[in-house]
Amino acid sequence: MAAFSAVKIPPPQFTTVRSSSQRPGSSPAHFAHSPSAFNSISFGSAKSVRSRPLFAVSSDVVSSDKTKPASSSASNPAVTREVALELYEDMVLGRAFEDMCAQMYYRGKMFGFVHLYNGQEAVSTGFIKLLNQSDKVVSTYRDHVHALSKGVPSREVMAELFGKATGCCRGQGGSMHMFSAAHNVLGGFAFIGEGIPVATGAAFSAKYHHEVLKQSKPEGLDVTLAFFGDGTCNNGQFFECLNMAQLWKLPIIFVVENNLWAIGMSHLRATSDPEIWKKGPAFGMPGVHVDGMDVLKVREVAQEAIARARRGEGPTLVECETYRFRGHSLADPDELRKPDEKAHYAARDPIIALKKYIIEHGLASESELKSIDKKIDDVVEDAVEFADSSPLPPRTQLLENVFADPKGFGIGPDGKYRCEDPLFTQGTAQV
Amino acid sequence: MASLQMAALLSAPSTPVTSDRVRLGPLRLSASSSSAARNGGALVVRSEAKVSGGGVSARGLSLITHAVAEKAAAASSADSKPGHELLLFEALREGLDEEMERDPTVCVMGEDVGHYGGSYKVTKGLATKYGDLRVLDTPIAENSFTGMGIGSAMTGLRPVVEGMNMGFLLLAYNQISNNCGMLHYTSGGQFKIPIVIRGPGGVGRQLGAEHSQRLESYFQSIPGLQMVACSTPYNAKGLMKAAIRSENPVVLFEHVLLYNLKERIPDEEYVLSLEEAEMVRPGEHVTILTYSRMRYHVMQAAKTLVNKGYDPEVIDIRSLKPFDLYTIGNSIKKTHRVLIVEECMRTGGIGASLRSAIIDNFWDYLDAPILCLSSQDVPTPYAGTLENWTVVQPEQIVAAVEQLCK
Repeated sequence: MAAFSAVKIPPPQFTTVRSSSQRPGSSPAHFAHSPSAFNSISFGSAKSVRSRPLFAVSSDVVSSDKTKPASSSASNPAVTREVALELYEDMVLGRAFEDMCAQMYYRGKMFGFVHLYNGQEAVSTGFIKLLNQSDKVVSTYRDHVHALSKGVPSREVMAELFGKATGCCRGQGGSMHMFSAAHNVLGGFAFIGEGIPVATGAAFSAKYHHEVLKQSKPEGLDVTLAFFGDGTCNNGQFFECLNMAQLWKLPIIFVVENNLWAIGMSHLRATSDPEIWKKGPAFGMPGVHVDGMDVLKVREVAQEAIARARRGEGPTLVECETYRFRGHSLADPDELRKPDEKAHYAARDPIIALKKYIIEHGLASESELKSIDKKIDDVVEDAVEFADSSPLPPRTQLLENVFADPKGFGIGPDGKYRCEDPLFTQGTAQV
Repeated sequence: MASLQMAALLSAPSTPVTSDRVRLGPLRLSASSSSAARNGGALVVRSEAKVSGGGVSARGLSLITHAVAEKAAAASSADSKPGHELLLFEALREGLDEEMERDPTVCVMGEDVGHYGGSYKVTKGLATKYGDLRVLDTPIAENSFTGMGIGSAMTGLRPVVEGMNMGFLLLAYNQISNNCGMLHYTSGGQFKIPIVIRGPGGVGRQLGAEHSQRLESYFQSIPGLQMVACSTPYNAKGLMKAAIRSENPVVLFEHVLLYNLKERIPDEEYVLSLEEAEMVRPGEHVTILTYSRMRYHVMQAAKTLVNKGYDPEVIDIRSLKPFDLYTIGNSIKKTHRVLIVEECMRTGGIGASLRSAIIDNFWDYLDAPILCLSSQDVPTPYAGTLENWTVVQPEQIVAAVEQLCK
């Protein structure tokens, strides 16, 4: 379909849709085994969706717009106090960290392209807090908060951003390449889409370990989460991996962080059918659309998708409607997004919403939440101090990680392997 | 012990590389030819560049020294096993099979590698033996399944990714460059990528431009990648095993026209060194550096040259990245004249890099400019005559040596 066809694309309509499952506390049997059955009970039935293009679904768990009878917003909360506080703390960490990044960037402590996650915390927290240590996370350049949620210490992430030797990647990766073997964060990728095949490979590996190497775990297969944005969903690697993941029933969840913008390209201007979740069933897997500003809704969906994957039932495509409060990167003037759109999503700030929820359901007091805020501020301050005082990488580090086996530098004219050259460790050897 | 028979490459009638049978006498093995055994029962072999020149005259036999793995005790006895004959694609398969047997994390991914057995039959029978997951038939999505290979390499597996034709891997360039080559570095050394990417490339018989590409020139700049090219059944098996065992990502270049070469290879296990070049024919007058199929054009030219009284030293560089500057350097220090014969295109090929490396390291030893014979900077035409003119032919090699040695 031509980009300039006569079809007019209506602006997003923010309608509240009655979900078939009213009580947040129930465990919805959303994930029937056949994708078509699943479709009809996704948030909004497929039929109603087809008749009227639906671009956003407001959460009915934490939204202030209570259009349902009071009895349906149940007094029993969706999560326990411990979980609620864990989620709150993780989201606050993500927000505070990213805000500090902005400060540090403008003070000249970090450089290059820095893409901040403000506003999208519910997606990272909602998904990653359900994972085990051995589950894998694969992200994009907007990866700081994914790394933090997965457990990479703030110090290591901040030091990496400052380009210090104590960073999680020894200062060699930077903002867009957060890796942690200890916490199974498999990157951090600068080109959109290129992490998705890597995630598919990690999921393949999990299946292989189970079926070929017979290394099974009681909880099931290790799960891989692949995070990426709306722009990536027009990329070939996305579709190729949807196909392969479903073909081999790999334990992977494709998490689309649809924040409606790919730098300055609106999702609606770039995509013939903007409803990304529908592309899952096209490949035979369930496709879910969820309000990505609502951490509890995200977590609910994530729970089911992760359980599916662990059982070996295959992948799920989850489209999270979310929004980034800042520009694409710290270099983006962010001139194209309309103020009312920004205001709409600012009003749905996931942290404020969860805070409200916690207080309304009596899970914790205001002062307890404030003390978490303070604690996180201290953590972030400490991370900055650590990064500041850490050393820059020395010259000797230059060549160390080019090859896992440094024999790859070859044999020099004197017959010895280049890496045996004493100058090699000093980073001054000619290669 | 070992004899190399150069069988007819394909039965096409009008082939410039005619079937050429070169029978060799018994090999003399250098007793110090093996370095210390490193892996269990297999010897990792490092060849000695020098061979005593006394028994080889300018007009004598082309002596091809193989650093053949042998137990030290049997080094000089004639009781060593006779070995077995096979074709190059079978040698690749044997190497792959042995490694898959030895290590259950080794797996294969690619188009038609499983049930079909591989478009050049390198993986024939492996899916039946190891199952559909270990020999994975992928959909046609090079970028994604190469990335999938990388992701599984990061998480404990050792995949061998096959490009049905090397040219198809252009679609996987994103993954090969960014993730394969660079990821170990950008992750600060946290993740290794022990992947092997292999497939047939090079100019075949009227396959058309897109199926006749030489990707080694495109990949050579990628940091963190090793590249090797096999040319005989012996080195094909050895390099395949070495590539699989390597912790680095290795691209193994095979050639479409060499799969049916026949050779007798040892029965006992051997693994070659990825970084070493192979001395094909020692000589005194000129160093000819080549790899893959051009090795055979060079050897054919060598026969003519020998008859004309020249004594070329032929080295199959095998390791396209990094270059084995020791073997190459020793040769240049002896002959002072260098001719590079490659199938890459003139611009930006392996020859171009090799030339610079030689100038950087061995300038003082050169008595003449380095000559480099490469393919024309032309998309390989379909017509047979035109195709022949795009690649280097033995006559050109002879002429170049004569010019060098004037």
